[in-house]
Amino acid sequence: MTTATAERAPRPARTPGRASGLLPSIRRAWNKHWYAWAMVAPVVIVIGVLVLYPLGYGAYLSLTNATELNSAKNIGPVHIPATYHFVGLHNYWQIISGRDGDFYPRLEWTVVWTVCCVAVTYSLGLGMAMLLNRPMRFRLFYRLALILPWAVPAFVGVFAWRLMFNSQYGVFNDLVTAVGLPAQDWLGTPFAQKVAVIIVNVWCGVPFMMVATLGGLQAIPTELYEAAEMDGASPLQRFTNVTVPGLRPVTTTVVLLSTVWTFNMFPIIFLLLGNNTTGDTDILVTFAYQKAFSGVSDYSGAAAYGIVILLILVAFSTFYRRRAAAEQS
Amino acid sequence: MSATTPAGARSRGRGERGPAASLALHATLLAASAVAVFPVLWIVFISFGPDNAWQQPGQVLHHLGLANYRFVLLHSSFPRWMLNSVIVAGATMVIGVLIAASAGYAISRMRFPGHRPLMWTFLVTQMFPVAVLIVPLYNLMGRLDLLDTYLGLVLVYCTIAVPFCAWMLKGYFDTIPREIDEAGRVDGLTPFGTFWWLILPLARPGLAVTAFYTFLTAWGEVAYSSQFMSGAHYTLAAGLPTFAGSERANWGAMTAGSVVIAVPAALVFLLVQRHLVTGLTAGGTKG
Repeated sequence: MTTATAERAPRPARTPGRASGLLPSIRRAWNKHWYAWAMVAPVVIVIGVLVLYPLGYGAYLSLTNATELNSAKNIGPVHIPATYHFVGLHNYWQIISGRDGDFYPRLEWTVVWTVCCVAVTYSLGLGMAMLLNRPMRFRLFYRLALILPWAVPAFVGVFAWRLMFNSQYGVFNDLVTAVGLPAQDWLGTPFAQKVAVIIVNVWCGVPFMMVATLGGLQAIPTELYEAAEMDGASPLQRFTNVTVPGLRPVTTTVVLLSTVWTFNMFPIIFLLLGNNTTGDTDILVTFAYQKAFSGVSDYSGAAAYGIVILLILVAFSTFYRRRAAAEQS
Repeated sequence: MSATTPAGARSRGRGERGPAASLALHATLLAASAVAVFPVLWIVFISFGPDNAWQQPGQVLHHLGLANYRFVLLHSSFPRWMLNSVIVAGATMVIGVLIAASAGYAISRMRFPGHRPLMWTFLVTQMFPVAVLIVPLYNLMGRLDLLDTYLGLVLVYCTIAVPFCAWMLKGYFDTIPREIDEAGRVDGLTPFGTFWWLILPLARPGLAVTAFYTFLTAWGEVAYSSQFMSGAHYTLAAGLPTFAGSERANWGAMTAGSVVIAVPAALVFLLVQRHLVTGLTAGGTKG
């Protein structure tokens, strides 16, 4: 069973519609379920106040023309009230129609970035897990070494890469010049920057994949492999017919989570490139952040971007889980 | 068995390899380990040099010293940030794991209205673009007077870590037989008593992993911390970049600071990583 199958038809409805009217039925539900509700209450309250409320507020902002200039602010003792007003779906129309000129290029790169990162991370993670999942010497050592990028905080890892990529003093250029090749500007061109952020993100992400798939591999009964071998299955056939189906539950969850995380991956791009970027490497999330915090802050535009990102992800994961559930049954 | 095993190797038992396959296996793993470890070792290496060591890595070996560490630990606000980080991450860990465990248990054992939407909400919160929630959250925190307080930051971190932890713990609780709950009930324990006295002790490995995950989330978070906290309340991740931002960027201090931050996290991580495999699989896959 996977979480995907456990809730076969997830619906984004927040409240079940049975609280309508009838007092006795509410009382009965309360008597029956108050215990469960009490136990989930802390989580619901924290999420409700700190996630859903800001989300609602963001959704409201996205329907206005709020910027730094017309928001409420205090200059010294003088309080200037907000003067922004409701503009309906104008912000969304700007985005969807491509009129702001940024959305589609950013979306395209975000998709490329997500697909590349998830595909490479997953393949490498699976490969490493399969290598580790066999008896050999020094196994613990390899395992600890391979897991290390996950163990150090992301900003430390990114900082290390930034030092190594440095065009004047970085270790990569020392190596390259030592071999006799001309030094490269590793973070110079937009294309190089894109490759660099993908490399760093893969470096940070492989350990999680490896650990998760390793757990999945260990859950596949050895008898299945033995039986397949008895039937004369080649290593490749054993991989496609035993390993891949056996891993499916893990794969489904891990790929979904990692897609969502990568799509919203903020720190790596932001910290690796800092301000030395032309904007070509911005994915939707970092672009929205720039909109909200650099120059004249465009709160409503950033909020609209946020909602669009959220809608894309919700649509994707609904579709993904439906398909995963259908495939499994 | 590796894919490179030749057909003639049939006489070997399962899991045995020829010398060539062994060599290839170890070579691949060594190369991969090197890539994984090198950036971290590099920072450690640079941190032992003088403060401009990153410009002349070749010189580090001739000038080995602890100058960077001395500066960071004795002459900067680093210890203060460290204390803040320990407080915030520790509190996030305790609060986060407690509420995630209780929610995870309820979802695992009880069927109640709101059960499915809740699981769905946990997944959806993973999709929230952090960068966009910051502005409304900032306003909200300001209104609740929680800006620049430990409590405010702890609560924000809980929203990041708790949904994933509740999901993982739910999976973990699912692997504990229901008969144990029933036995507890027969002995007159309340559902919460069962959870507290019987299930929690059994779920210790799962709790350890979630606790650690929560701690690490708070320990390394940058965006919220640098926007919500000021000067004296900076956590490590927010404070560290100020070494590079001051009039004279001190990259040496930054490398030493990074090492001091990474070492405790990495040590604990490597200690609990065995549970991590079981914890993650249980959480991720069992429904």
